[in-house]
Amino acid sequence: MRYRFDLGGTRHGFDDLRHLLAVASPPRSGDALAGLAAESAEQRVAARYVLADLSLSTFLDELVIPYEADEVSRLIVDGHDAEAFAAIAHLTVGGLRDWLLSNEADGAAIAAVARGLTPEMVAAVSKLMRNQDLIAVARKIRIVTAFRDTIGLAGRLSVRLQPNHPTDDPAGIAASVLDGLLLGSGDAVIGINPAGDSVEAAATLLQLLDDVRQAYAIPTQSCVLTHVTNTLRLVERGAPVDLCFQSIAGTQAANAGFGIDLALLDEAHDATLSLRRGTVGHDVMYFETGQGSALSADAHHGVDQQTLECRAYAVARAFRPLLVNSVVGFIGPEYLYDGKQILRAALEDHCCGKLLGLPMGLDICYTNHAEADQDDMDSILTLLGVAGVNFVMGVPGADDIMLNYQSTSFHDALYLRETLGLRPAPEFEAWLGSAGLLGPDGRISGGPPALSHRAIPALARLDG
Amino acid sequence: MAEPPVPTDLTGRLRSLTQARIALARTGQSLTTGALLDFELAHARARDAVHARLDVDALRAAIPGRALVVVRSRADDRTTYLQRPDLGRLLDRGDAARLAPAGAALAIVIGDGLSAIAVQRHAAPLVEALVARLADWSIAPIVVAHHARVALGDEIGAALGVDLVVMLIGERPGLSAPDSLGAYLTWAPRRGRRDSERNCVSNIRPPHGLGYRAAADRIGWLAERARAIRLTGVDLKDESPPAADLPRLPGDR
Repeated sequence: MRYRFDLGGTRHGFDDLRHLLAVASPPRSGDALAGLAAESAEQRVAARYVLADLSLSTFLDELVIPYEADEVSRLIVDGHDAEAFAAIAHLTVGGLRDWLLSNEADGAAIAAVARGLTPEMVAAVSKLMRNQDLIAVARKIRIVTAFRDTIGLAGRLSVRLQPNHPTDDPAGIAASVLDGLLLGSGDAVIGINPAGDSVEAAATLLQLLDDVRQAYAIPTQSCVLTHVTNTLRLVERGAPVDLCFQSIAGTQAANAGFGIDLALLDEAHDATLSLRRGTVGHDVMYFETGQGSALSADAHHGVDQQTLECRAYAVARAFRPLLVNSVVGFIGPEYLYDGKQILRAALEDHCCGKLLGLPMGLDICYTNHAEADQDDMDSILTLLGVAGVNFVMGVPGADDIMLNYQSTSFHDALYLRETLGLRPAPEFEAWLGSAGLLGPDGRISGGPPALSHRAIPALARLDG
Repeated sequence: MAEPPVPTDLTGRLRSLTQARIALARTGQSLTTGALLDFELAHARARDAVHARLDVDALRAAIPGRALVVVRSRADDRTTYLQRPDLGRLLDRGDAARLAPAGAALAIVIGDGLSAIAVQRHAAPLVEALVARLADWSIAPIVVAHHARVALGDEIGAALGVDLVVMLIGERPGLSAPDSLGAYLTWAPRRGRRDSERNCVSNIRPPHGLGYRAAADRIGWLAERARAIRLTGVDLKDESPPAADLPRLPGDR
């Protein structure tokens, strides 16, 4: 037992840092499924007492997954910025929490230490934080990225327009895109999850999105969320690739399950960047993550799912992404059981990603076998809006008919912008105005559609 | 919810291009009441499907003349089942002994999975079509399993000593399809088989999805192919002829 804590005559022992982090985690079904969760509520708090007194430098000495065994561990260790760390090297995990919440730690101060923080330190401190702490700290941090518009500025909320269709039907997709644009969505990205896996189909969809963007001269970017190897081939054949998408995880083995490694991501990043299609910026990567992905690939190394999620952020931050999106409730109730667990994970992922310097968005979502409903999504959406989330999803009516899950809708995004006084990305907002989509009060117009469907070839048959 | 009339306006025509919930009416920033309730109804049906209990008596009545053996997984209740897929893959300790080697080549297992409603609606007619299609197979007594995951069929198939197990199981309900049945074929079933060692025929739910005859034909084709090459999974490519009674949209190739 490397770590011990005595509470009222009971000695709580913890084998190693992995064990300590897992037991200290707020309850969630995925850790129970992996056999890593606290055995009692008291044991969980005992682990937090130990964690609170642990020096941050411990995390540089004791890795949760060995350096030799895992390239993500090597990325974390080799990429650690000792200079940035110096300012907080004297702190414990509990001390880090207190500092993050202090008035001295403003956004600039936190950004200055970001490269000195490892994912495990960030995971550890989040386990000592209540939901309001996760909101208060995240709200201080603005991570601003840019391609054809600028995402993540204070007072702004962007939306990924997600027009999926079960057979990738161009007209069906175009109809959803038009609907979303009319409701002010799409400033984060217009991004399709394709039903098919072929490069050919992806090329067709990319062309469709690029045609729409050019027809209306929209300052935004498009993406077909296909495997990175497909994107490489799309770049080679001259398809209009704005962004390179990939799902990533926090261990080498889980990434292997996704068919990727760091070298491949590097290659895809370079290839996409070489197209120079951005106007106001050149952040070209779009990553998706989610707690539980490593366990579901049987690649978790006995590490709890939230710590592994933070390690996925170490992968993301090596590639200056435009967008990082935790698809928080998609994986199902065996990892996050109910609305409470999904909410907690959403706030953790957002705060931890921002602490590590990432432009975090959230796919606030659930499946029908999870103990959650649209009321839970409303709560999570509102709290993330307060926390300053960079972007959320816009799915027609919140019902994704291809992936069969529920997310947030175009209307939900309007609600959040209205309620919290948030505005779209500035370039996109200007476009909405010039295209006649805004009423005199600055809200989305209630009048007849200001965009003609005739500009979209895939919608031509509407007139026929 | 009445069927919408043939759309004449642009909004209606736009909506006819996709099942997605587009062009929804708005009040302020929010949905109007009708659209709100439509969504709630779809979600309510999906939730009911997830939590419905399989009615074995009704199933027995719908499959006359065949013995049904009822077993359960180690997930004791729905809450455990949803959180512990590992327990849903293991046969309850007492039940293995009740499944003696049957001297049959093929076993059909009916599992509730994530939609007992799918099983209740589609399992019996599919079994009837399957039995007719699999006329040259010896078939073990049909097993009905509560709180079942797909892999539960492996242990059941092994206990019955069959070459091939066909697991009919309720799929995760979507908002538009709460009653979709899936069929999973596993050659030489035994505990520890991976999902890549199975073949699947999904979305069996006439009239919207695959019909019973078409599903039985495809399962039959896969079963014969599995018997020939003595395996299922990624190396058994589904080259079965296209289904005749799969609904087709106008303009589909």
